[in-house]
Order: sequence, then C-alpha cells, then structure tokens
Amino acid sequence: MFDDDINDLYQELILDHNAHPHNYGELKCANHQARGHNPLCGDDVEIFLLIKNDCIEDIRFTGQGCAISKSSASMMTDELKGKSLAEVQAIFHIFHELLTAEDSSKLDINALGKASVFSGVKQFPMRVKCATLAWHTLIAALNDKNNAVTTE
Amino acid sequence: MKDIRSEFTALSQLIYGKPLVYLDNAATSQKPKSVIDAMRCFYEEHCANVHRGVHRLSELATVHFEKAREKVKNFINASSVQEIIFTKGTTDGINLVASTYGRQNICAGDEIIVSQMEHHSNIVPWQMLAQEKGAILRVAPIDDEGAFLFDAFSALLNAKTKIVAITHVSNALGTVTPLKKIIEASHACGAVVVVDGAQAVPHCAVDVTNLDCDFYAFSAHKMYGPTGTGVLYGKKKWLESMPPYQGGGDMIASVTFEKTTYAKPPAKFEAGTPNIAGVIGLGAAIDFMQRVGVQNIAFVENDLLQYASIAVEAVPGLRKIGTAKHKASVLSFVLKHVHPHDISSLLDRQGVAIRAGHLCAQPVMQRFQVPALCRASFAVYNTKEEVDVLVKALIKVSEVF
Ligand SMILES: Cc1ncc(COP(=O)(O)O)c(C=O)c1O
Repeated sequence: MFDDDINDLYQELILDHNAHPHNYGELKCANHQARGHNPLCGDDVEIFLLIKNDCIEDIRFTGQGCAISKSSASMMTDELKGKSLAEVQAIFHIFHELLTAEDSSKLDINALGKASVFSGVKQFPMRVKCATLAWHTLIAALNDKNNAVTTE
Repeated sequence: MKDIRSEFTALSQLIYGKPLVYLDNAATSQKPKSVIDAMRCFYEEHCANVHRGVHRLSELATVHFEKAREKVKNFINASSVQEIIFTKGTTDGINLVASTYGRQNICAGDEIIVSQMEHHSNIVPWQMLAQEKGAILRVAPIDDEGAFLFDAFSALLNAKTKIVAITHVSNALGTVTPLKKIIEASHACGAVVVVDGAQAVPHCAVDVTNLDCDFYAFSAHKMYGPTGTGVLYGKKKWLESMPPYQGGGDMIASVTFEKTTYAKPPAKFEAGTPNIAGVIGLGAAIDFMQRVGVQNIAFVENDLLQYASIAVEAVPGLRKIGTAKHKASVLSFVLKHVHPHDISSLLDRQGVAIRAGHLCAQPVMQRFQVPALCRASFAVYNTKEEVDVLVKALIKVSEVF
C-alpha cells in the first residue's frame, strides 16, 4: 500500500497497540510516577510504577499522542513488567541506542522483545522522540523526578 | 500556471522518489528565481552596508534597500515610506509594538483584546505586557465554524480597552476576520488596532489606509520572499510618539554620553545593520506578486481551496476544522482518531508536505478539542492534480488506521 519503509514504521503490531494499548490507565497503588511531554507533537504520557524489591511489580500509563508514542508506551509496559531495575536500565540503554546510535548492529535487540519493532523509526528522524518519550518518562519516574520530562 | 511553477526550482524535485507536492505554504512559501536572483545580485554586485558609507557600493545598496521600502509602501498603500519599518518578521513586528507603544500606553487595569484564533506570536507578547503592567488580556471568541464572533467582540470593548490585536487571516483555520468593522468599532472606543497580517498579505490585496489600522505586521517568507525579513507598518503619528525599540547604530540623530537624540521613523526603529539582502528579496517578492497579479493569486488559491474542500470529503473519517464562510488558502482537518503527525509522516513518504501539530495556535486546538491539526495550505503554484494526490494519500491513511 505504502512504500516499504513507511510500512516498517506503521507495522501491524504498532497499529494494534495504538488502537488497543495495553496497561492503559492509572495505577492507583503506584509508588513512582512521572509525566513526559513532547512539545513538537503534543504527545503527553504519564507512567505509573509499583516497585517492590527492586523489581517493577506493575506498570501502567495514560496520555495521548501519536501512534508511535502510544504504541511505544504500550509495548514498553508489556516488556518491563516483572523486570528487575538492573534489567530495566539495560533494556532502556539498548532501546535508546537502537533509535539513536549510528551503528546499532551489535545491540542485543532480542532483549527488547516486541519493542524491537521500533528499529524502523530511525529512518524517520523527526519521529524518534515520539518512540523514546515513554522510555525517558519511565527513567524519570524511577528517579522520582517530578518535573515533567520534555523531549526538547 | 505551468509557467509560474517553472519559476520555482524547489517544486520540481522528487521526495522519496515522488514528485514534491508542497502544501505547507502557510508555514513558508517556496521562492521564485527572481527573488533568489535579486539577493544573489546584491551579494555579488553591490554588497555594502546601507545608510553609512559615502562610497559607490554603499550608495547602491542604500538605493536598492530604500527602493524596496517604496515598493512595500505602494504594495500595502501606506501614506509614506516613513511608516514602513523593516523587521525580522511578524513576530518581531508585534513584539516591537508591544515593547514600545504598549509599554508607553498600557497601565494597570487597562485591557488588551486578542482573538481566540491568534498565532502564539500575537498572544504571548501581549500576555507579557499585561503581566508587566497589571493589565488584563481579554479573548474574543470564535464559533464552531471558526468564524470571528463580531458581536461578542464588540461586547468586550470598553473605555479601558487600549489595544486590540487581531489576525487578518487565521493560520490555523484560514478564517478571514471582518477587519474593517473590528477597526472601526475599536477606534470608536479609543483603542488602537494591531493587525497580524502574516497570512493575509500573501493571499489578498491589503490596503492599510483603507483599513485604517494603526499597526500591521507581516513576514516576507510567507509571500515568496526570504526568511528573516518582515514589515511593520505603523501610523506616522504613533511611530513619532513611540519610544525606540532597540538602541544602537542607525537609530540615532546624535549621541553624546550625556544624551542621545533619536532619528525619525523608520530609522528610529531599525537599530543595527538590517537584513539588507532580505529586504531586497522582499522587494523582488512584491514584484513577483504584482507581476502575477494579487487578484489572480487570490483567484487561483480560492479555486484550489474550494476544490480541495470538496475533494477531501471523499476521505472516510475526515473532519474539516475551520469552515467559516470567508477563508483564504488554509484547509485544516483531523482524520478519525489518527494523530496528525502520523498522517504527516505517511503523506511525507508520498511526497506530500503538509503541516501537522498545534500550528502555533494552541488555543485553537483547545477550542476544537483536538490535540493537533493537519493543515494543507495553498499558494499560487499549486494545482488541482496536487490536491488529488493529497486526497488519494489521505484515503490510504484512512485505510491503514
Ligand atoms: C498568523 C501568523 N502570525 C504570525 C506568524 C509568525 O510569523 P514569523 O514566524 O515569520 O514571525 C505566523 C507564521 O508563523 C502566522 O501564520
């Protein structure tokens, strides 16, 4: 329908998560949370975490935004639930490198699970921030930074 | 039309292998060769500073620079070149008025009216001024079509209203405001009117004398001219009584450490070396518009807008935002619940450039309860075939989501 690279960006999986995001909604018992904002797109995301014994016991998000930001938040929450904080840092690093590093061929993208579908976003420099917003907000939540994160 | 297109080199390129369909003209238009040539000619042949040297090149540069001022004066029908101040653009012009006329005349408790569909550049400077002075910012509403509600506006006017800052054409909705009526009513209660003409000058004939506006700001880059250059028209009586904007070279009559006296307008408001090449480019852009004919430009664009407004109705789930009766050049819309940035990315790979986002008019987004808008905006070189490409691509987007 569209060209290959655009189909890379808007894959079925991404469109599905956009239409039916997982872990969407507030987490009442959260003990960490943060809000992120992408002024360019107007993407807005809030991440709620329940951390116990250095482990993400539960994670949810709310917000509105483009398909890339919403599906990214959705897949991120899926992948990180149950992970230890050390694992989360490692996965964040891989995700970040995948989208921003010049050479991402040596990365262990299996660690990202489904979230590896975002590798195609790299072809769309204007949209990288959409994909990384939820992740940066997650890190802010872990660090209990209450100032809203912005991608700018 | 083919002839006009051929004057714009940028239009013949391929984007991701597809012919460029440039529909982001409200952000900035492409530039014809004549504008680029005029600027190149300045740099290659008579580059020198203006109003300073007494050598041949400086004299030539000054002549070209001042000729452009004369062109602007005639183009918008000002009564004198002294009323034409060169700025960096619309934003700069509005800030100039807010920091000079505004600071001088606004006191605590005074009121400033803006409309609900202003660009941020016609909101924030007034908000800053109001904060500084303890003045009040009032907002004139628009209806569900995006039309200016004149009666509601009139009801806001009162003896405390000192400034009315209003757009001529909305960049987000395309609405043309009833400017003449607004100005008459504002004057009747003693307020001055500052017009944001950024989206009007490229699309229709503007006559500041007939409008009787006090200030009128616009940008060269939206009217086939270069970036970084604009115009502020101001009535002579205001320009003469206003304090200067910035201090520096060119804006003085004499300087001693005890006292500086200021030059007369427009020099008083043009401190420092101006964007000489930009101003010369603006002059060439006016020549271009007059050569094509401002009426013809308006005719072609209105025709395209009508055509596109009907054509997009074939896109399943598309909703137009901004359907006022009087519009110019701008077609904004949302499509189902697809975020405008997703739409724009998908169109981009089809070679179609539109604007997506809050369009520097967040209060408009709030008014229509959308996070962002898609905007196609037309210039004289656009064609119905390009509209067809846009519509086809939008139908594809609608199928994907
Ligand atoms: C209606 C309106 N006002 C003001 C501006 C600001 O113009 P500039 O960025 O050239 O200063 C724009 C364009 O961005 C506009 O569309």
